[in-house]
Parts: sequence; C-alpha cells; structure tokens
Amino acid sequence: MKQKIRVAGGQGFWGDLLSAPIDQVRGGQIDYLMLDYLAEVTMSIMQKQRARNPEAGFARDFVSLMKEILPDCVEKDIKVLSNAGGVNVEGCAEAVKQVANELGLSGKVKIGVVTGDDVLPRLQEFLDSGIEINSMDTGEPLADILDKVQSANVYLGAEPLVEALGKGAQIIVGGRLTDTGLTLAPLMHEFGWSFENWDQVATGTIAGHIIECGAQCSGGNCQFEWQSIPEMENVGFPIIEAYPDGEFVVTKHDNTGGRINIPSIKEQLLYEMGDPHEYITPDVVADFTTIRLKDDGENRVRVYGIKGKPKTDFYKVSIAYSAGWKSVGTLVYSYPDAFEKAKAADRILRARLEKLGLKFDTILTEFVGWSSTHGHLAGEPPKDIPEIQLRVGVRGQSRDDVERFTKEIAPLILTGPPAVTGFAGGRPKVEEIMAYFPALIPKNLIETKVEIIEA
Amino acid sequence: MNNEKFSTFELTKLAHARSGDKGDTANVGLIALRDEFYPVLVREVTAEKVKEHFGAIVKGEVERFELPNLGALNFLLHESLGGGGTLSLMTDAQGKTFSTALLRMKIKLSENEARDLGLA
Repeated sequence: MKQKIRVAGGQGFWGDLLSAPIDQVRGGQIDYLMLDYLAEVTMSIMQKQRARNPEAGFARDFVSLMKEILPDCVEKDIKVLSNAGGVNVEGCAEAVKQVANELGLSGKVKIGVVTGDDVLPRLQEFLDSGIEINSMDTGEPLADILDKVQSANVYLGAEPLVEALGKGAQIIVGGRLTDTGLTLAPLMHEFGWSFENWDQVATGTIAGHIIECGAQCSGGNCQFEWQSIPEMENVGFPIIEAYPDGEFVVTKHDNTGGRINIPSIKEQLLYEMGDPHEYITPDVVADFTTIRLKDDGENRVRVYGIKGKPKTDFYKVSIAYSAGWKSVGTLVYSYPDAFEKAKAADRILRARLEKLGLKFDTILTEFVGWSSTHGHLAGEPPKDIPEIQLRVGVRGQSRDDVERFTKEIAPLILTGPPAVTGFAGGRPKVEEIMAYFPALIPKNLIETKVEIIEA
Repeated sequence: MNNEKFSTFELTKLAHARSGDKGDTANVGLIALRDEFYPVLVREVTAEKVKEHFGAIVKGEVERFELPNLGALNFLLHESLGGGGTLSLMTDAQGKTFSTALLRMKIKLSENEARDLGLA
C-alpha cells in the first residue's frame, strides 16, 4: 500500500480555467486528477444538445483536454476521474478512446465507464409502482411537472469509481457523479478503506468538498487578506496529499500563485454548507463540526479528526424541467441625476409593459453600480453618482410576452430620460428556464454499471 | 453602575465570510478573524439579528449553526434568492455577495471589551 497519494483538483465547474488541469499534470507530482464538469443545470443543457445530435450530450472540453494530457498521464501513471460524460457517458468514453488511438496509445489506456445515474426513462415506472417522489424544497409531487421534465439523474457516489479503479481504469468517465466521490474514490482504492468505516469515508468526502471548487480554496474568491494573495494570474489549483491513517494535507504545486492557509480552507469548508452536522452524500453523512485544521507550513494545511455517520437509504435525484421563459435587459445612465434617470426609465418601461397587457410571473428592477448586490443595505446613492446601469428582468410562462419585453428596452433610448447608452449588444435574448426539482429516491431502485473499454 | 460606554463595530473588523446558494436559500459562513472573536460572534450575531439586518432581502427564516472547531457560524437565509438557480432574475442569483452584505452588520461592544479584544 502507498503511504501517501496526491489527488489534484483540476476543474471547479464547466467553464473553469482550461490551463488548470494541464498545469496540475505537468507542474509537479500527482497520482490522480479529478475534474468536475457538472452544475445542476448542465444536465438539462446536455440533454437538449443530445436531442438535436445523438452523438452530443457530454463535456467536449474534456475530450480536448485528454488530447493534450493523455500522453503525460500514461507516462506518469496519473489516473483521471471525471463526470464529463453528462447524459452521454458512452459517447464521451468513445471519444476519449478515439483520442487515445489517434495519439498512438492503443493498448495502453483502459477507460472506466460508469452509468446508471440517468433515470429519465424510468420516472413513469417509479410513479406507476407507487414510489413517492416529491420536491425536497417545496414538497410538490413529481406528477405535477412530469410532462415538462427534461433530465433526471441520481447523484452517484464513490463505489462504482472504486470498482473501476480496481479493474485497472486509467481514465474514468461518468455522468451525474458527486464531486466529492471523485476525490474519495482514489483514497478508498489506494488505502483499502472500507465503505463501512464512516470516519474514513467522511474524511475522503471532506477532502473532496475542499478541492471540488478548484482554486476557491487556494486563494480564489478569498476574502481573508485578498489584497496580499500573490500571483493570482498563475494560481495553483489544490492538491490533496492523503495518508492511510485518515489525515490529509491540502497543498498546491511549488512555483504557483495563490495561497493556501487556514482561513482560505475555512472559507471553502463553509461554501454551500447546510447543517454542518449532516453533510449528506451518497457515501456517508459527514460531520463538519469535527474537522480539525493545523498549519503544516507554507501553503500546507493539515486536516484531521473527521467523523462520519452511516449513509442514508436514499439517492438524491436532480430533475430539470422546463418552467417558462426569461430575459434581462440593461441600459446605462450617466451623471447628472443618473439614479433618478434610471428610476424614471424603469417607471416608463413598466407602464408600457402594463399597457401592452403583457403577463409576467415576476419583474425585477436592479440598479447596478449601487444596490444590485446589497439591496437596501447600500442606503441612498450620493447625488453625484457618476453612472448607473438599469437592469430589468422578466420571467413568465408566455414566450411571446417575454419576447415582446425584449423589444421595449431599446426604444427607451429615444423615448426616455437623456444621456443613456450601453445598448450596443442589441435586443436581450430570451432564455428558456430549466428549473431544478431535487428529490430523494430509494437506493435499491438504482443499478450502477461499470464497464472497462480499452483503447 | 451602568455608565459603561459602548462603541459600534462593523463585522468586517471581527470576521471574514463566504456565501453560496442551495436552491432559493443563501448560506453565509461567518468566520472569526481571531479565536477570541468567536464567542463575541456567537453572542452578538444571532439568527434574529441577522434576519433583522437583511430585512426584506430574506423572505423566509434565518437558521444558525455553530462550528466552534472552525471558529465559525453558518447561516441559512431561506427564500432570499428570487426563486434560486435558473428561476432567479437577480444579478446575484447564487448569493455570492451575501457574505459581504452580512459583514456590513454592526454590533455594539462595551469599550472595556473592545479594548480587551484589541479592537479599540
């Protein structure tokens, strides 16, 4: 058994720094690279892409990345775990296989393919067999929105990933895998930890929570002494250096920017936190009030003492459904009386929308440059405020009404308050809203599958 | 006896913070800048006071959890993101700036306590 393994975080979301995973592979020693590509809405976008093109539906960026780093990974025996498969895991795996062959790596790359998360075709069957599926947020039953559902995926944990690693997979692709499982699985695999040892599973899970947002634990979005965080243009993404005894150190490669210290780790630990006693994943219920942190030298924080409780009998299922249309338009007003002008324009716009008889569920007006983030806490703006961006958004069930709204913004330039600009982008676009319906579903209904394909 | 003088401090002097979203709920993690500030945060930054501070921004309840091991408090601000996720029309639909909105909050400390804490 290895006495130490290094798991690197390479991507905090789909759209994160493209260079980060390359730097993680080339900037120093690592054993594993984990890449998170999926946000809650991503699956529904991918489902739409696949409806238009059966070969689409996964993160193409992952395939481009593999083209770049696969030779390094093979040479250094770095294993890659990702949820880039989206709603077309097989297609993604096939594309990676093709890349391996093109790079002359045939016979050298085993790809682990993890499926079973996609339950879209099974929702009706679940309801027919009397299984209750209700929104965790509102209690609304699934039946109410069933005809509008675009995608439905359960969050899978680390077990199928450990199985794939055990079968020798070098590159693992799955669909809706939990971000934390991508880091937990290598620790379980290398250290032979048991899925019944809740403290160990919780330890690997919290390691995953710390690095799943990429540089957000190594200096990015860090409020603590942010002005003095060095060289963010060359920010080092995080690495978990894990030990078999259940402790780990969060660190980054030498000669990179950013900063890892106790405050930066605390900020990330609290990110998107609910009840800290009950951080629920498919693998465990981790207790964040047991985490101990210790300074372990420059850009090194040791994490230990973590306790966990048995996992629950349910998977979380993330269901995306079509919930209407929205659009946001903006205009910029300048000194003098910038705030007054923006307020007047908003009044005129709303009166016109009402006269047209347009129906919206919500209209929201914000004054960017003054109160769009802190609302009334910002108080009244100074009389001589140099400029204000008026930002008006609407949401509703009628696409036509939302479309008509987008045509009422530009006319304000010639038919509203003076000294207005910022319309060069043309009419705002109409977006379909994919709302999110989180629910629980008994684990025994779900079968995961692990396949190995060889390039 | 009660002629003690009080001073007002913005939370930026005692804490740093990070916030994020879970559906229509914003979470704010409030972290003491020094260990000795943590009990002050526990005493002064209650769920009720946070609810009052945010006013109309938070339509639902405010819940508070204590993490003494991290010298931190976690607040859940329910119904504060305009429906949350893709439904929200807000610039900050993910609640990323709620951290700094909480840090604007002011607390009152006696001058003696402020001096002991090195704040005065």
